[in-house]
Amino acid sequence: MEDCLLKKIEISVSEAEKRTGRNAVNMQETYTAYLIETRAVESQTEGQCSPVDSLWRRYSEFELLRNYLLVTFPHIVVPPLPEKRAEFVWHKLSADNMDPDFVERRRIGLENFLLRVASHPILCQDKIFYSFLTQEGGWKEMVNETGFQLKADSRLKALSATFRVKNPDKRFTELKHYSDELQSVISHLLRVRARVADRLYGVYKVHGNYGRVFSEWSAIEKEMGDGLQSAGHHMDVYSSSIDDILEEEEHYADQLKEYLFYAEALRAVCRKHELMQYDLEMAAQDLTSKKQQCEELATGTVRTFSLKGMTSKLFGQETPEQREAKIKVLEEQIHEGEEQLKSKNLEGRDFVKTAWADIERFKEQKNRDLKEALISYAVMQISMCKKGIQVWTNAKECFSKM
Amino acid sequence: MVVVVVAVITITSSGDVMVVDRLVEETTSDGETSLGRGFLQRLSYSLGSCFFAFQDLSLPNGTPVDTSSPASSSSLLNRLQLDDDLDGETRDLFVTVDDPKKHVCTMETYITYRVTTKTTRAEFDLPEYSVRRRYQDFDWLRNKLEESQPTHLIPPLPEKFVMKGVVDRFSEEFVETRRKALDKFLKRIADHPVLSFNEHFNVFLTAKDLNAYKKQGMALLSKMGESVKYVTGGYKLRSRPLEFAAMGEYLDIFALKLGTIDRIAQRIIKEQLEYLVELREYGPVYSTWGGLEVELGEPLEGVSACIGNCCTALEELSEDMTEDFLPVLREYILYSESMKNVLKKRDQVQAEYEAKLEAVALKKEDRPKVPTDVEKCQDRVECFNADLKADMERWQNSKRQDFRQLLMGMADKNIQYYEKCLTAWESIIPLLQDKPETK
Repeated sequence: MEDCLLKKIEISVSEAEKRTGRNAVNMQETYTAYLIETRAVESQTEGQCSPVDSLWRRYSEFELLRNYLLVTFPHIVVPPLPEKRAEFVWHKLSADNMDPDFVERRRIGLENFLLRVASHPILCQDKIFYSFLTQEGGWKEMVNETGFQLKADSRLKALSATFRVKNPDKRFTELKHYSDELQSVISHLLRVRARVADRLYGVYKVHGNYGRVFSEWSAIEKEMGDGLQSAGHHMDVYSSSIDDILEEEEHYADQLKEYLFYAEALRAVCRKHELMQYDLEMAAQDLTSKKQQCEELATGTVRTFSLKGMTSKLFGQETPEQREAKIKVLEEQIHEGEEQLKSKNLEGRDFVKTAWADIERFKEQKNRDLKEALISYAVMQISMCKKGIQVWTNAKECFSKM
Repeated sequence: MVVVVVAVITITSSGDVMVVDRLVEETTSDGETSLGRGFLQRLSYSLGSCFFAFQDLSLPNGTPVDTSSPASSSSLLNRLQLDDDLDGETRDLFVTVDDPKKHVCTMETYITYRVTTKTTRAEFDLPEYSVRRRYQDFDWLRNKLEESQPTHLIPPLPEKFVMKGVVDRFSEEFVETRRKALDKFLKRIADHPVLSFNEHFNVFLTAKDLNAYKKQGMALLSKMGESVKYVTGGYKLRSRPLEFAAMGEYLDIFALKLGTIDRIAQRIIKEQLEYLVELREYGPVYSTWGGLEVELGEPLEGVSACIGNCCTALEELSEDMTEDFLPVLREYILYSESMKNVLKKRDQVQAEYEAKLEAVALKKEDRPKVPTDVEKCQDRVECFNADLKADMERWQNSKRQDFRQLLMGMADKNIQYYEKCLTAWESIIPLLQDKPETK
């Protein structure tokens, strides 16, 4: 871990609480508040326990924080928040935001978000982030005062840039395609997984019926009775085991979801690059046309058709003084433009460098995390298989005593 | 060569003789008889029926019948009493059904099965037989057995009619399922101490041309068979003996529970197949994802393959349950139905006897002896009861063994399924944990 905030403080989102309050239009609403606890990392001295600071925040404040980070650090792949509404749910799982299981998984997701930001070498140094963790009152005002909303790029402009940019960095183009495909494949995976969970639930639950019928059957049998009865009990155990199994699998789904949303963050960085590149291209184009104009005025030759040129031909040429004045203005603009272009170029190259460094960091993190997720998924499957073997072995023994 | 004929007869005090059973035995060429175990078994069975009949026999006026004799009934029975449970070492008749073959003729297409018999019984000319039989022939055999041995429980056949278009009559799975059921059917008969000696059964196992035999219509009904055949229905039963009442009630609930289990099993198979459909889509998505990635490519591909293996295992489980589990359940439901019919017949026989008895009592004639036909009814009842009771006990025993095996088999299949999946997932862990070589 590079030098980051987590070396100094421990962060956790330890509790969630239902609250009622009044919203912006003075209507009563119910929402959930989350308790953020921070504590200075323990010093080596024995017996010393640093005090815990805590404050409550709701989901919308987390959203505000993230939007601020997105605008302030456009070259960083900003960690995503857990989903706002429950999606990719299989039928048993509630899609209700107030459902305790959903709230619990969200609490974990929010903690994960804070830990990710706190462990990012650049993001963790941000003051607004620090205040989010430590300053209860007045934080919202502080964020708004930064005026970050004004710095945000308009969606329309970004979209236009995507279509019109001529020479984006090839790596970013590839990355854009990758993040699109990643989003698509993870969405597909989550959808099918939810259906798989649904079906598996059905299979296990039907086995519960065996429990009942074996019990009823055992009542009319003499020697077979005991064996049937106890086997039926094992069928009940089998049937109810699926609830825990699938609940655990939700954690895996959450891990996948995090990277589904991360794909969007990747996309945002690519968009920013396209926007900057487009800006650069426009500036360069503008400079070129101004230079051309200047040349035409100076030499008197009209290279390209222009309305001004035509009207001046039709309605008389300008005076040399007029022309001189024009040339002077253009030369100033060109000079300004050249300076701007230089800085834009620098900015662009800088952006590409820092963004790509973060992207590489992100790739490593992604590979590590997803490998871990796959391993834990395999471990879950193994555990499920072992449970299945256990239950059926027990049932088999009961049957053998029939 | 000497032919030994043993006739088991009953003589009532009025002097009427009734042949209960007739056993024939041939000596071998060197003069020795081979009164085999089977022969003795059958003899004991017949004698047993008689003794049951006489155990509490009394005239309608209450006078007990004198049954004492030097060789008292019970000691004779004990000497001949043989263990009902046949184990491998003492069995002398082995029957197998295998080798299904399809026959295509102008009129129809059908399947025949090879029926192989190995035996040391003297009733058979040869020690080994191999014949070809089709379902019709089995059906014929069952009908003949029901006719000729109405006091016994005849094992069920797999269902006769299959809806064309729904089930493929010539698919490997269907033929195999049927073969197993037919094999079971013949084995149950071969193990039965009375049914296995039935003439029709013998012919079924041995005749080269069964159709010729069928046409002859040689009815070798036992006396019992003939008498029961002509029992008229329509008599009201006074009181059913406890054991038969209990059996009837038991069979009702038993069939009900089996029906429920059948529905549950079908439902499980259906849910499993739907689960399979989703899994089949799930696995390949990991593969697609793997195609996008560099370092994660192999792990994701591995997960995809793993899920594929689980799919195969699940398919095998569902197939096994469909082919091995469900048919046996249905067999026992059919068994229960036919048993209930036999119980009904028994009720009718008893009812007829009671009615005739009542008619006699009403006449109030001072006759010391009971009319013959009433006595015959009484014998019928007692023999029926004895046969049925013995068969019921045998049935309960086989049922217990069969279900024990069936349910253990179900558990086994599920264990195997999970073991296959476990192996697949365990084998993938090292692949997932593998640190790739620096590329």
